[in-house]
Amino acid sequence: MSDNAIVQPRTWFTPFNVITGTIICIGIVISILRFTTGLGSVTHLTDDNPWGVWIGFDLLVGVALAAGGYVTSSAVYLFGMKKYHSAVRPAVLTGFLGYALVVFALHYDVGRPWRLPYPFIMQQGTTSLLFEVAGCVALYLTVLFLEFVPAALEWLGFKRVRQLIIKLTLLLTVFGVVLSTLHQSSLGALFLISPSKLHPLWYSTYLPVYFFISSIIAGLSMVIFESTLSHRYFGHKMDKTHLDENEGVTLGFGKAASLVLFGYFIIKVMGIAGANNWHLLGTPYGYWFLVELIGFIAFPCFFFATGVRNKDIKLIKWTSAWSVLGIVLNRLNVSLIAFNWQLPLDRKYIPHWMEISLSIFIVTVGIVVFRFIVTRMPIFYEHPEYKDTH
Amino acid sequence: MEPIFYTYQEFYTYTKGILYILIIASLIGVACFWNFLAGKDEDKNGNDF
Repeated sequence: MSDNAIVQPRTWFTPFNVITGTIICIGIVISILRFTTGLGSVTHLTDDNPWGVWIGFDLLVGVALAAGGYVTSSAVYLFGMKKYHSAVRPAVLTGFLGYALVVFALHYDVGRPWRLPYPFIMQQGTTSLLFEVAGCVALYLTVLFLEFVPAALEWLGFKRVRQLIIKLTLLLTVFGVVLSTLHQSSLGALFLISPSKLHPLWYSTYLPVYFFISSIIAGLSMVIFESTLSHRYFGHKMDKTHLDENEGVTLGFGKAASLVLFGYFIIKVMGIAGANNWHLLGTPYGYWFLVELIGFIAFPCFFFATGVRNKDIKLIKWTSAWSVLGIVLNRLNVSLIAFNWQLPLDRKYIPHWMEISLSIFIVTVGIVVFRFIVTRMPIFYEHPEYKDTH
Repeated sequence: MEPIFYTYQEFYTYTKGILYILIIASLIGVACFWNFLAGKDEDKNGNDF
């Protein structure tokens, strides 16, 4: 570098920091309002609509999109697909942050954070699906933490603890898959109790199966989507193995996603046939259902298949974003849009801007923490002291 | 024209009939879809994933 070159001082006021900082400040203000003045001041929740965006988006979408952790871990450690190994740590990190933020977001809805452990220590609602969801999410968050923590321990230099925890990988993966099948399906099963409130095209006794299968799709798509963004913004942090394996991960996960989407499409159509709801497809809600079924399930399935067939990585990456949107749409449809579908407009739920702002705040916190971790810890590269030891 | 069902058995006979047709179509569809998906992929090791 020339002696005359001017070295720009590092500044905190980068565009990313300014935007995320603003969102976080607004989120903190809304958080204070929520906990000091109550739900009514920051939400449009009512007795008709006790669950809004914080459940529909933060919880249901959050849990679905965090499914990449168990999907990738099981592909690598249970099915022996070692060529996807480089995708495990990013997927586990995304899953861990996703579930952690789901629990964080839940605090806003339940309102008395100190009571969160009550289902385990005070009164077990063993006939309640939500009790099972709470238990599974708590345990799975622990599993994800233990799967992620070796990366943090490598960064901190705690070798012995790291060696101990890495031996638990297979057990944690098995446990993670078991817990995920339980809670992913149970979130769908929550709506079984309301056949009159959920529109018949979305309501089915197979809702738990739909939610579980779509969580696999969400996980596969999210791994491709997250790796696309990570390559764009953190490519300089990636080692040769990670960069070399990326195309294989995209193709393999795209292939799997297209197959699962195909199966999901079939079982959704069978759900309509089983309930004999063909006549409902010609109604306004029916057209919206077809937008979801054709536009966000069939089309991504076809485009994933085309991309894999032609080895078109760009197409697969765009389709993964489309597929993620489809899962978001499905969860919002089941929890908000097609829920209470018979209510008149004046009793329908329209989110308060503060509810949406808080959801954006929670996602922003996730992105900031993700960035902090991947720029410091061995997520996109192998630590030189621990090569090929996980 | 929508058929009218007077008994649960009539409803199930009708819907199950359609479901059976759909499942057979789906099984054929899966084979065709797999062929489309893996058609150009001549992996030397014979591995699909």
